[in-house]
Amino acid sequence: MTEGVDPVGLDFNALAYSGRALGSARQAQNVHRWGWWYQAEWRLLGMKAYWTSILGSAVLTPLLYVLAMGIGLGALVDSSSGGVEGVPYLTFVAPGLLVATVVMSSVNELTFPVMGGFKWQKLYFARAATAATPSQVAVGELLAVGVRMVAEAALFWVVLVALGAVDPRWSWLMIGIAALAGMAFGAPLASYSATLEDEGFEFSMIQRFVVMPMFLFAGTFYPLATMPLYLQWIGWISPMWHGTQLARAVAFGLPLTNGEVAMHLGFLVILLAVGIALTVRNFTRRLNR
Amino acid sequence: MTTKLIRIRPGVGAWMAANSSGNAGAVIGRGFKVIRNQNWMIIVSGFFEPVFYLLSMGIGLGALIGTVTGPGGHQISYAAYIAPALLATSAMNGAIYDSTWNVFFKLRFAKLYEGMLATSLGPLDVAAGEIFMALFRGFLYAVGFTVVIASMGLTTSWWALAMIPVALLIALGFAAIGMALTSYFTTFQQMDWINIALLPMFMFSATLFPIEAFPEVMQWFIMTLPLWHGVELMRQLSVGHWDASTAVHLTYFVAMSVLGVAFATRRLRTLFLR
Amino acid sequence: MSVIEATQLTKVYSDLRAVDAVSFRVATGESFGLLGPNGAGKSTTMRMIGGTSLRTSGTLLVNGLDPETHGPEVRASLGVVPQTDNLDTELNARDNLIMYGRYFGLPYSYLRPKAEELLQFAQLSEKATEKVDNLSGGMKRRLTIARALVNEPSVLLLDEPTTGLDPQARHILWDRLFRLKEQGVTLIVTTHFMDEAEQLCDRLLVMDHGQIVAEGSPAALIQQYSTREVLELRFGSDRNVALVERLRGYADSIEALPDRLLLYTADGEAVLARVRADGLDPVTSLVRRASLEDVFLRLTGRSLID
Repeated sequence: MTEGVDPVGLDFNALAYSGRALGSARQAQNVHRWGWWYQAEWRLLGMKAYWTSILGSAVLTPLLYVLAMGIGLGALVDSSSGGVEGVPYLTFVAPGLLVATVVMSSVNELTFPVMGGFKWQKLYFARAATAATPSQVAVGELLAVGVRMVAEAALFWVVLVALGAVDPRWSWLMIGIAALAGMAFGAPLASYSATLEDEGFEFSMIQRFVVMPMFLFAGTFYPLATMPLYLQWIGWISPMWHGTQLARAVAFGLPLTNGEVAMHLGFLVILLAVGIALTVRNFTRRLNR
Repeated sequence: MTTKLIRIRPGVGAWMAANSSGNAGAVIGRGFKVIRNQNWMIIVSGFFEPVFYLLSMGIGLGALIGTVTGPGGHQISYAAYIAPALLATSAMNGAIYDSTWNVFFKLRFAKLYEGMLATSLGPLDVAAGEIFMALFRGFLYAVGFTVVIASMGLTTSWWALAMIPVALLIALGFAAIGMALTSYFTTFQQMDWINIALLPMFMFSATLFPIEAFPEVMQWFIMTLPLWHGVELMRQLSVGHWDASTAVHLTYFVAMSVLGVAFATRRLRTLFLR
Repeated sequence: MSVIEATQLTKVYSDLRAVDAVSFRVATGESFGLLGPNGAGKSTTMRMIGGTSLRTSGTLLVNGLDPETHGPEVRASLGVVPQTDNLDTELNARDNLIMYGRYFGLPYSYLRPKAEELLQFAQLSEKATEKVDNLSGGMKRRLTIARALVNEPSVLLLDEPTTGLDPQARHILWDRLFRLKEQGVTLIVTTHFMDEAEQLCDRLLVMDHGQIVAEGSPAALIQQYSTREVLELRFGSDRNVALVERLRGYADSIEALPDRLLLYTADGEAVLARVRADGLDPVTSLVRRASLEDVFLRLTGRSLID
């Protein structure tokens, strides 16, 4: 009887059919209810591969910014204009840096990985071949990235607090604000990534002509009003600016009227809602094609 | 193992015969062909990054900061202070990108170099050709940026033209070292660490603010970093101010380029032949 | 005159002996094959010949020169077809051929007409200005092979040349290679397809785990390591193994594979008749000529395609 078993001990006759799998009706029922979470779970698992760089950038970035902005640039600004918006430069700039960092990592997570899911690794198609629906895949993707945003913002905030750059009382609300701003920019971007067929050179254009200008011109480093009027519109249409204004309000009490708070929040929520709807639509179109 | 020993100690002529057919020109020819076919937006877009930085920081922060002490103790506008630093930084970033990410991708994924090295090209031809193309791109951007800052009135001397060749020298030093380091890499994730190392260098090398803000020990450390020398040199050129430190900065980069090329040369066979 | 002389050629990757003290010679104009399963060390051997993989020890001469110390010179007379296509995706099909020729230092006046000739050879004339990414798998393979001919090499290294090609394209390619061979080009082919080795090669090295396990012409190898015919029997997955002992006496030897039994014998039909007469009723049966697959199975106890 030994001839059937090969020398390494692998039994080629084994069929791996144990009969213990859940029935197909039960599988369908589970996925119907939890499919979006299975997708998110899978995406989060994938982030394990680069968790050191997620952690490294979430801890090192605020550290460097606080050193550079607090000691270096802060000294320069504070000595010539005596602080910004009535607070030291570091206090002013820290909330903006937190929001900007989170928004920029949502760009990383929702451009090439989304396009790759359709074009290179085709993992979304593998997902769609299970009982999951395209909208569950779309929602799961966004959810997983949202989870990462929250984790990253929380780490960033902890470092800021530890270095004394922000007052912890209300500033923890920045964690949610930054994640909201990140997803308000990321979700519409994901819907666009899901339509791309080509090599993704569009992404370097977005990086250079949308993300970079947003980072530089949307009031992260100085109040938007410092800019000439013909450049201020960049801030008005940027989720980064709306998020930063809210973050400043909770971090050091930047005076905002109720109307302004509603406007900033409303802008981000509407953008997020539209982004989710479009992502679901574009995932469904591409996966059902 | 005896055969191995014989191969390790050839003279210069023998080393050239093993690693070059003297045909780096063909690699450069390929580079230009690709540029001609490429979407011109990709090339043009690279020019905008330092310009955006200059506009944002120069106008926005400039309004909060006013003037800064420049070379020779003269007060200059904040925009004039950071402009030469941004040119040095963009020369560094371009060279590092081209010699690490770009080389690694072509080596491991696009397999472009595998194809090239199946011909009579040797690793030296490929490396020299690729570094030439990186310097050519750097040259275009340096010319563009110099024109921008000159037309904004941020330079006060004809010596500012010398910023263009100096940008190439900075790029050469970084490209050579970047290529040598790439020979140690096995995954893309490892390259993230290069960016993590470059970000603080960018922030602290007197690019956006003078290093006098830091304690003396940290200042000494920053002065060992290449970007600081590049930034200071550029800044002096932009206003045409010379002193003894100019020679030090220049010597630093010439030495870095020579050592970098020597290092890259030593790692050449490990990088391309496995 | 030997094109290639390898003595005790060895390549060690950290803990794996990819090529382990292999010695062989290839004569001018010969069509020489390296046969073995994936991971046998064939591709590494090929890359060492081109000087793009540095050997750990041993000596190697290609056209009388060491490819490690005279890489550019050695490769000038080689045409290399790698296992996976490494075309230049930033160039179109025609420019791929022309630029590749430039790497050999060839002038445009030679390369422009040569590229058209090669496009024709690869049946890609209509696709000349197409970007490489837009070509099908088979087209890319043909372009890679055409590219290897741009310098009119005297030695052609083909690493799994027809993997991924459809049967018709394979036969066309074999025909082209055969004609190159007739013109005196030395062919060095690695393959794990026995039909390819039988079609193309005058002489074969059978490799396994980095070592040479046999050497000879396809016919000689079959004669030496196998019987003339093979009877393949299937009794169903649970009975195959159980019947090995009972069938032992019918053939010179028996190999039990998971899905079938192979009975080695000079006369397959006669054995089949005896099996049937004995009351054993196989689900399917097949009598065929022995092939290199059988040689490999015999030498290593494993099949070539795993």
